Amino acid sequence: MLKIQKLHKSYPIGDSSLHVLKGIDLSVEKGEMVAIMGSSGSGKSTLLNIIGMLDEADEGDYILDEVPIKNLTEKKAAVYRNKFLGFIFQSFNLINYKNALENVALPLYYQGLKRKKRQEKAKFHLEKVGLLDWATHLPSELSGGQKQRVAIARALASEPKLLLADEPTGALDTTTSYDIMAFLQQLNDEGKTILIVTHEEDIAAMCKRIVRLKDGVIMEDNVVQQVRAEAHV
Amino acid sequence: MIKFLFQRDTWQEVYDSVTKNKLRTAITMVGVWWGILLLIALLGAARGMENSFNRLFGDFATNSVFVWGQSTSMPFKGFQEGKQVRLKLSHVNKIKDNVEGVEFVVPRNRNQGLVARNFLSGTYGIDGDYPLLDQVQKKKMMKGRFINQNDINENKKVAVISEDIFKQLFDKDENPIGAYIQMNSINFTVIGVFQNGNVNMGPTSDIHIPFSTFQQLYNQGDKIGWIVITGKPEYNIKQIEEDTKLLLRNLNKIHPRDKRAFGSFNLGKEFKKITGFLTGMQFLTWFVGISTLIAGVFAIGNILLITVKERTKEIGVRRALGATPFEIKRQIVVEAVFLTMTSGLLGIISGGWILIVIDLVWGQGDDATLVNASVSISIIFVALIILVILGTLIGLIPAFKATSVKPIEALREE
Repeated sequence: MLKIQKLHKSYPIGDSSLHVLKGIDLSVEKGEMVAIMGSSGSGKSTLLNIIGMLDEADEGDYILDEVPIKNLTEKKAAVYRNKFLGFIFQSFNLINYKNALENVALPLYYQGLKRKKRQEKAKFHLEKVGLLDWATHLPSELSGGQKQRVAIARALASEPKLLLADEPTGALDTTTSYDIMAFLQQLNDEGKTILIVTHEEDIAAMCKRIVRLKDGVIMEDNVVQQVRAEAHV
Repeated sequence: MIKFLFQRDTWQEVYDSVTKNKLRTAITMVGVWWGILLLIALLGAARGMENSFNRLFGDFATNSVFVWGQSTSMPFKGFQEGKQVRLKLSHVNKIKDNVEGVEFVVPRNRNQGLVARNFLSGTYGIDGDYPLLDQVQKKKMMKGRFINQNDINENKKVAVISEDIFKQLFDKDENPIGAYIQMNSINFTVIGVFQNGNVNMGPTSDIHIPFSTFQQLYNQGDKIGWIVITGKPEYNIKQIEEDTKLLLRNLNKIHPRDKRAFGSFNLGKEFKKITGFLTGMQFLTWFVGISTLIAGVFAIGNILLITVKERTKEIGVRRALGATPFEIKRQIVVEAVFLTMTSGLLGIISGGWILIVIDLVWGQGDDATLVNASVSISIIFVALIILVILGTLIGLIPAFKATSVKPIEALREE
């Protein structure tokens, strides 16, 4: 479902340039739940951004669901992001003047769905994360865990092929983190492909596969025995 | 694009973002509101001033010139200098036939005379006039009528008197029509009373009698005191004045360059000075109004730019969720146009209120300084169209700014 070959990326810093990704090869099959680990500066966020089409690689191939992702215009990238990808951020990134339901409905708006249809779908996904009763609340009236659940509902709303989570538990306490992980595991059980960038070992252990990055290369790529989050809640 | 403007979501987005920070929205709108308010108020006041001038001069054909005879300053064809020159009735048709662009030529005569009624009397100016005078100096009749052709043909002894004379010779509630007044010991029937205008060109008119009657009364023969010539609107009254004088010099055997032989007063020229001043005022009004408006629109652009900076992250999120750059730009431009339009409309409404106040304070009564201070609807439409165009243009700056940042950079900003 996702295939990356010989991916290179460097950023210019003054006159020299910083080589962040030095030839990454990675393929992810449908239904996998992959943790990408590494210390800061290892290139894990850059990799996620490239996978998320928020950034472009200098070299190498990236094929997502048999579509080569290369030389995209901004418009095309926006359409692909909407169609293929669901983003979950560390800082939730909900729009603070829109209520939970409106936030969830936002990607559907950019899909060009009719208002009624949007409301319906958004409600369905909000119910899935167990926050239908909070539909009319603004993000400021929600707890951290609830915000992340709304963000997950929003990521799910466009029914993406791939969920990308950038430190999804980074801003949450342990109990809430496990709660969120339990939910992501449940989604994975239902067949969603999920990519999680994290630097926390216990979070990584809750995935099915751990890819370790160091200085822009993949050091380790192991399939692991998944730790179920429910046991810890 | 058109469909987009009629979607509820579009306006929901605009509503959300403008109500999110009410103070910012309010401050933004004040600029344009003030600009259009000034434009409307100033244009209205300028129009009011123009209207009041028009009311003052409205009774006169303003493109007219008065010509009368004086004495020659050069000897010519055997005549010595200092010859007295008088206009004759025969000149009237010659001017009409030979000078290009003439609309009316009205001969007039005037004398001072003692006017009496019963035991009351006074010395007034008595004018011998044709009905045509009414065309070049509209008489506002309070009672009765002005002289007509029948009066001329039959040398009728009738008189049209001014309101002042009516007040001096009659009792307040007396009906003057049909009453007799005496001039040169001859009885004249009063047929009308007119109101003097606010502005008088030449001597005040007191009493008008038929031209032919005047000729008989004062033994004038075919001599004329002066003539009023009005030009057709498209002709230059200055040229008509020159042509007329040259023609008159030829007819009277006067040296073609004799400047003194005929005197004249060019009303058109004087009036042009005033209208020129009014045009200048209007230009100034537009200039000030439009400049203020542009400043206001720039203020909106400025605030939107700051807003966009504040919303960088939100825009990043939206783009991560699949908003195309075009959709982002469109949203910001619609916001800009919405803000300019709304504040513009509010400005127009409050400008209208100001015009109402102006009208109440300075626009009432006969001697109002600003008559019917108003702005035409077409100007309002033009102003609105300009606002939409400016709003769009100014919205484009923050719109491009918003999408020039890559979504990844926008998201990174904490």
